[in-house]
Amino acid sequence: MTTFNVKRKPWLLAILLLTVNLLLLSACGSSNKADESEKDRKGTQTEKSKTGGSVVVAIPQDLDYLDPNLAEAAGTREVMFNIFEGLLKANTEGGLDPAIAESYDISDDGLTYTFTIRDGVKFHNGQTLTSKDVAYSYAKLAGLKTGKPLSSSFANVKKIETPDDKTVVIQLKEKEAAFITAVTASIIPANYKDSNKTPIGTGPFKFVEYKKGQSLIVEKNKDYYVKGIPYLDKVEFRIVPDQEAAFLALQSGEIDIYPRIATEKAEQLATGFKTISNEQNLVQLLAFNNKVKPFNHIKVRQAINYAVNKDEIIKGVALGKGTKIGSNLSPVLSKYYNNELEDLYPTDTEKAKKFLKEAGYPNGFEFTITVPSVYPFHVDTAQVIVNQLEKIGVKAKIESVEWGVWLERVYNGRDYETTIIGLDGKLDPFEILSRYISTADNNFLNFKDPKLDKVLSNAKVEIDENKRITDIKEAQKIIAEDAAGVFIMDPHTNVTFKDTIKGYKTYPIYVQDLSSVYLDHPQ
Amino acid sequence: MDYVLKKTVSSLFTLFVVIVLVFLAFRIIPGNPANIILGVEATPAQVEELEQKLGLDQTLFEQFIHWFKGVLVLDFGESLRFSEPVLSLIHERMGVTFSLAFMAIVITIFVSIPLGIIAANYKGKFLDVLISIGTQIGLAIPSFWMGIILIMIFGLMLHLISVGGYVPWSENPLRAFKALLFPATAIAIPQIAILVRYLRTTMIEQLNFDYVRTAKSKGLKDSTILLKHVLKNALIPVITIAGLNFGAILAGSLVIEQVYALPGFGRMLITAIGDRDFPLVQGMVVMIAIIAITVNLLVDISYRYLDPKIKLK
Amino acid sequence: MLKKFNLVTGGAIVLFLILVFIVSFFYVPHNVNQMNIENRLIAPNHNYLLGTDNFGRDVLSRIMKGTQTAFIVGGGSVIIGLLFGILIGTTAGYFGGWMDELLMRMIDALLAFPGILLALILVTIFQPNIEVTVIAIGIMTIPSFSRVIRSGFIKCKQMDFVRAARNFGSSHLRIIFHHILPNTVSSIIVTASLSFSTAILVEAALSYLGLGIQPPDPSWGRMLNEAQGFAKLAPWYTLAPGFMLTLTILGFNLLGDGIRDLHDFSE
Repeated sequence: MTTFNVKRKPWLLAILLLTVNLLLLSACGSSNKADESEKDRKGTQTEKSKTGGSVVVAIPQDLDYLDPNLAEAAGTREVMFNIFEGLLKANTEGGLDPAIAESYDISDDGLTYTFTIRDGVKFHNGQTLTSKDVAYSYAKLAGLKTGKPLSSSFANVKKIETPDDKTVVIQLKEKEAAFITAVTASIIPANYKDSNKTPIGTGPFKFVEYKKGQSLIVEKNKDYYVKGIPYLDKVEFRIVPDQEAAFLALQSGEIDIYPRIATEKAEQLATGFKTISNEQNLVQLLAFNNKVKPFNHIKVRQAINYAVNKDEIIKGVALGKGTKIGSNLSPVLSKYYNNELEDLYPTDTEKAKKFLKEAGYPNGFEFTITVPSVYPFHVDTAQVIVNQLEKIGVKAKIESVEWGVWLERVYNGRDYETTIIGLDGKLDPFEILSRYISTADNNFLNFKDPKLDKVLSNAKVEIDENKRITDIKEAQKIIAEDAAGVFIMDPHTNVTFKDTIKGYKTYPIYVQDLSSVYLDHPQ
Repeated sequence: MDYVLKKTVSSLFTLFVVIVLVFLAFRIIPGNPANIILGVEATPAQVEELEQKLGLDQTLFEQFIHWFKGVLVLDFGESLRFSEPVLSLIHERMGVTFSLAFMAIVITIFVSIPLGIIAANYKGKFLDVLISIGTQIGLAIPSFWMGIILIMIFGLMLHLISVGGYVPWSENPLRAFKALLFPATAIAIPQIAILVRYLRTTMIEQLNFDYVRTAKSKGLKDSTILLKHVLKNALIPVITIAGLNFGAILAGSLVIEQVYALPGFGRMLITAIGDRDFPLVQGMVVMIAIIAITVNLLVDISYRYLDPKIKLK
Repeated sequence: MLKKFNLVTGGAIVLFLILVFIVSFFYVPHNVNQMNIENRLIAPNHNYLLGTDNFGRDVLSRIMKGTQTAFIVGGGSVIIGLLFGILIGTTAGYFGGWMDELLMRMIDALLAFPGILLALILVTIFQPNIEVTVIAIGIMTIPSFSRVIRSGFIKCKQMDFVRAARNFGSSHLRIIFHHILPNTVSSIIVTASLSFSTAILVEAALSYLGLGIQPPDPSWGRMLNEAQGFAKLAPWYTLAPGFMLTLTILGFNLLGDGIRDLHDFSE
């Protein structure tokens, strides 16, 4: 926002202040706490008056499969989070909470995981969950019978045993610290075949009805093992592919919660709505193809890092809603985030020019930024970067290509010079950083650093949390110092809901958790 | 009749050329549908498996024969992305686009007839010049810009419309009407310009005919002559033109759907191309080609019957 | 009176545009691509006559540079359409027979192929840039030239002077280029003028859809695309490129009509 707008339009200032407020709140990862404090202030609202009611949530795409073993789309898993659970469950801080397992133990060699199942967990059909159900579900994902794992996170599983109804033992082929995040995968009743028609899980909500292309309706699981949760009786996930239509439906009151609303739309809304913005565990970067000239020269990569002004991009492209980063990890994973790297390359034209000269390009050079045209956000970022690089005599050309072409040529074919893209985060930091391992299949940056390979191979198997944190932080530092790319920001995502809705929690992964949501009934 | 048959046969040939072109064009450009469906996290093995499932591992020729056989019995296959029959997807989206086109035609006819009459009646006078300038400007304004301007005036300033919010007619006719009115207007404006000019010319022609003079000498009122006789005769070619411009109107709606975020044919075509959803793109293009070629055929045939000067040797 | 009006007004507008086009090579008020995030979306004032865009770039300068894009696309595609149109139109019209039938069915197929699709295929195979855009739009222009030239030839072929030339033993090439083509010039000029404005319109639509000219090169259609999100905050940004687009199309349409009227008159 320019000062101009604020001066002329006082209401804009109000919105701005409001947004800043929300930003600050969410920046400490506590948008949920904000709601709690509100609850305290109200005080009078008892647990009981919170229960009941129903809400409608807009989701942008149809579900691909109801069966959690078949579902590929992130948009499907996002809503199924309410129906299915794994042994463990992701929390708002990016950590793991006990879910179906009440506790677990990892053997010293890191190969044997022993889970103890919580008492009295019931499936939505009333059946009590036992270790057999867990073994059935996970053996299927690991492909123990077929030899073909359905999920790559389970590829490392050697065998699954059930010594008794309460215990599951999973044996791994080799040490893998990230495996613990795999057991967030959904558990279904053993030998249940109708998951794609009538999914049965253990989550806070149970499946009621799915209308293709229209909606998914779920209702309260009264037997949920966490007492008092969920509050809502019914939730409808309504499929509204069109942003404008969703926006209209929100305004007309047909939709209560609209996740991922565009910033300029959220700003247009009148009173009666509340918007939360926060990081989404996404890393936007200008990726270099580290193998091609001139980007195989570290000084060139560093020079470009000195020339790109991230603050300007955040202000101009993200309208201020982005958190500056310094390496390939979002600050939402606060435990692992190395916070010393954001200003490793302060914008410095002279230094950038000096580095270019040392690399043998005193007069700059020309190169192409290949951007997927479906993301205007990245195309706009490219425009700003082209402009910033002009100042150090480097001429960048934008080539915007279709998504399919980008996937084939840039991501899979690695036939490009530079590109701008947002890399999705995951729960485990190793799984995010592993693409920088020189032999990784998805190392589309062609990055190669023996030091990093070593640090990450440690992090891969390190079970000791503190040692692992040190490794992960070191890895981020190496990636940043080697300037694998220009790590720009974690762009914020917005959620807008009616202000009668309370308790909405945001997660560093792509989920909509309705279990904590309740309606604030006006007295 | 011989002429019609010959034209029809050559049109079918044209259609075949289009079908082959479309099929080939989309196979040679980069972009793999399996890759696009699975996204960045897919392993090569997963991609290969999906390719097999979608039948993309067959040779081009096999794929073409397989698809073409289907086309002959009006089976366009299943969309790769939505796993739904292409025809039902097209049917769904066509509703929006056809409603849009139909409304545009209605608006065009209702606005251009009075304007055309006025222009013809006041030929060479101030009103005629004004309308003439207006039609020139109407022809020059890009319809997608007109669309944006309408949103600015009626949406952002007067708050009368909100972009999007289209629902099928069966669900809420009023809202469907409201959502389509402005985009239809934007498409109609250049059509109005064309029609007014055409109407003016034919009316002026008619006014010079003997029957008008006879009617006048009989003492009939000018307005009666104009509305009862002249307009009636001028209307036939005008409505033909309006109908024949259906193709142009459909093309116009392609971009307008983007401006107004309407879930129509054009938007689906653009996403299907991006997804490399081969069967869907092929089905849609064949559909467009059929419409375009049919319209072309009708133009040729109707010109022949409307204008006796064009006779076959 | 009205006939002259078209010619004079159209001519004046086109002259003005040519002037802007020439000036834009030597002078624009501000650097076209220079961003200044602090100055984003400033309303028109004495420094920025048409305001600034969402990156703080001067809208007037970008509009002026945009004439280059428009003229290159318009001119380039008319040349492509004209060359192929002459080739196809003369062959089909002069020789007739199965050649005519085959060529015209190809032209029909081209017409039946949605233009956007064609542009998209070309842009994907090659790279989305101005050259490819010109080629794509140029190909879309071929049918109208071919048809106009063909019908001109069919008309002239039967005329006495052509028959006479043939009887005197003139070669086909001489008859085509010396006797017939000059007689179709006026209708070619009219088609060229109208195709020029259509080409600019199509380029704008393509760029509006993000398929044509690539950023940061200024194109009116692309500017409209970027401006739409800020229609409320910065109406000038939406109005300016659309106005230029309308003016250009209006100018060339009027000019084309004017030339046609003149021709009809003399006949």
